[in-house]
Amino acid sequence: MFGSITPDMILAILPELSLLVVLAIVFIADLVLPKERNGLLPWITAAGLAVTFVVTLLFTNPGAGAELVWGGMLRHDMLAYLGKLLFIFAAFVTTLISVKFGDVWLKGEYYFLMLASTMGMTLMAASADVVMLFLAIETTSIPLYILAGFMTGDNKSTEAGFKYLLFGAMTTAVMLYGFSLLFGFTGTTNLYAMSAAITAGSIPVPVLVGTVVLVLLGLGFKVAIFPMHFWAPDVYEGAPTPITAFLSTASKAAGFLVLIRIMLASFPQVLADWQLILGVAAVASMFVGNVVALTQKNIKRLLAYSGIAHAGYALLGVVAASELGVASVVYYLLVYVVTNLASFGIVVIVWHAVGSDEIADYSGLSRRSPMLALVMLLAFLSLAGIPPLGGFIAKVLVFAAAVEANLVWLAVLGVLNSIIGLYYYLIVLKEVYLGQPTSEEPIAVAPAHGVAIVASILLVLLLGVVIAPGFDWALAAAASLF
Amino acid sequence: MIPLSWYLILAALLFCIGLYGVLARKNAVAILMSVELMLNAVNINLVAFWRYFTPGNISGHAFAVIVFVVAAAEVAVGLALIISIYRRRKTVAADEINLMKW
Repeated sequence: MFGSITPDMILAILPELSLLVVLAIVFIADLVLPKERNGLLPWITAAGLAVTFVVTLLFTNPGAGAELVWGGMLRHDMLAYLGKLLFIFAAFVTTLISVKFGDVWLKGEYYFLMLASTMGMTLMAASADVVMLFLAIETTSIPLYILAGFMTGDNKSTEAGFKYLLFGAMTTAVMLYGFSLLFGFTGTTNLYAMSAAITAGSIPVPVLVGTVVLVLLGLGFKVAIFPMHFWAPDVYEGAPTPITAFLSTASKAAGFLVLIRIMLASFPQVLADWQLILGVAAVASMFVGNVVALTQKNIKRLLAYSGIAHAGYALLGVVAASELGVASVVYYLLVYVVTNLASFGIVVIVWHAVGSDEIADYSGLSRRSPMLALVMLLAFLSLAGIPPLGGFIAKVLVFAAAVEANLVWLAVLGVLNSIIGLYYYLIVLKEVYLGQPTSEEPIAVAPAHGVAIVASILLVLLLGVVIAPGFDWALAAAASLF
Repeated sequence: MIPLSWYLILAALLFCIGLYGVLARKNAVAILMSVELMLNAVNINLVAFWRYFTPGNISGHAFAVIVFVVAAAEVAVGLALIISIYRRRKTVAADEINLMKW
């Protein structure tokens, strides 16, 4: 299996190798730099991630080809390529909004763990074998457990880390049990060899569907869909805000890429069954997310429930299980990641100014900082799905995919939910624009934070106005799976 | 030779005991131990399937080894997080750690 290492194999893991180098540099810099110079660490990390992004963008594009490399462990295709770019971008923005955050931003291990987690995500996007997939998911999750509980002096943060770990460990065990049964039924660990073995073998459909459910429970935890969404609001509220941003964007997107790949590659025999299961989960996630979000007082919890609802919308594209469906999910994830990064960037900036995450404290933000309020307006309207922002196009695409796949009922419920969603985004914006400010002092935006939110919000606008390049990429990613 | 189904039943029982423990126990350390039982059930499955179906292919074997290495890492992190919460709250009972809800 492992003959000689070819340049193709190295190219397929170039992003991971680059992240590994950055990780080593950060580790050494943390040891070598004197304590008072630790403020350089986020800049070293951000520069490393920027270089990694450019290297990945320029050198690892697989084009229309798709091949299994490293003994079938990884698949080098457009879906993995796009996912890797997205995660590296999310890590870059997360690093920038971490600057000046409490005392966590001066610790080298914070960046070290974040880079390790990013590497896990890039591997998740490319995994084509359950062994690799499991290893990649754990490489992503274990550093995130620590990061969620990173502020050891804070009751909420320690609780967030604790809850995340307990839920995570349990769902991982359930998913692994599913993997072990799949290995038993098919005699292979490769996702692409499984479906052939399932056709040839004679596994009773109920047993196979049960196994699929076990796997879905584990992946549902990663993407925070109903009924595995309980952890999300608590962990999002308690974790350091930059980590919340990272969790709600990159980690969720990584889970979705795995979900798309495994469902389409390994379980075409029970397509109708998992379509129904995921369809119900999508509807439940949308309703739970949107309805519970209506009553939230804390902006991080609000965004957590909104994230559950968004996972529901994106799931519509997965349920469609068509080329348009996959392309729409990929586009949805691109938009959702940049929009949520912008939203959490604002949450971080406001937290620095007022020291709170309560929605009531956003009152009159527009008078204190009109630009910040404008960015927030754009980000929230994009989340609500208002044209001409990215969120609108993304929603249109997933609903179109659902209709094309004869799942009109799902599309109708999705549209209904968008209306409920609009309400709570507007409530926050009402507070921002019409509320009375408690002080007239303008809000200072640190340069690092400014760069992060401007970069994110420009992408939101770009994805809404110039649709073709992003959608072409999404279509290419979808084509690489079929 | 002992039939494969015996191993699978043992693994399923172990998995259910573990799952019950995770859902029913209050003590965080006991919950982590229950997760370990579930992971052991996975390992029994993997090794049994490997031995009976694909003895010539080591992937099942390798999978089991990777599972217990990762499980050890997970427990190390888990105990660290439990200690950090114990230092602040003087408790490891999962139902008392409920600062945030709804």
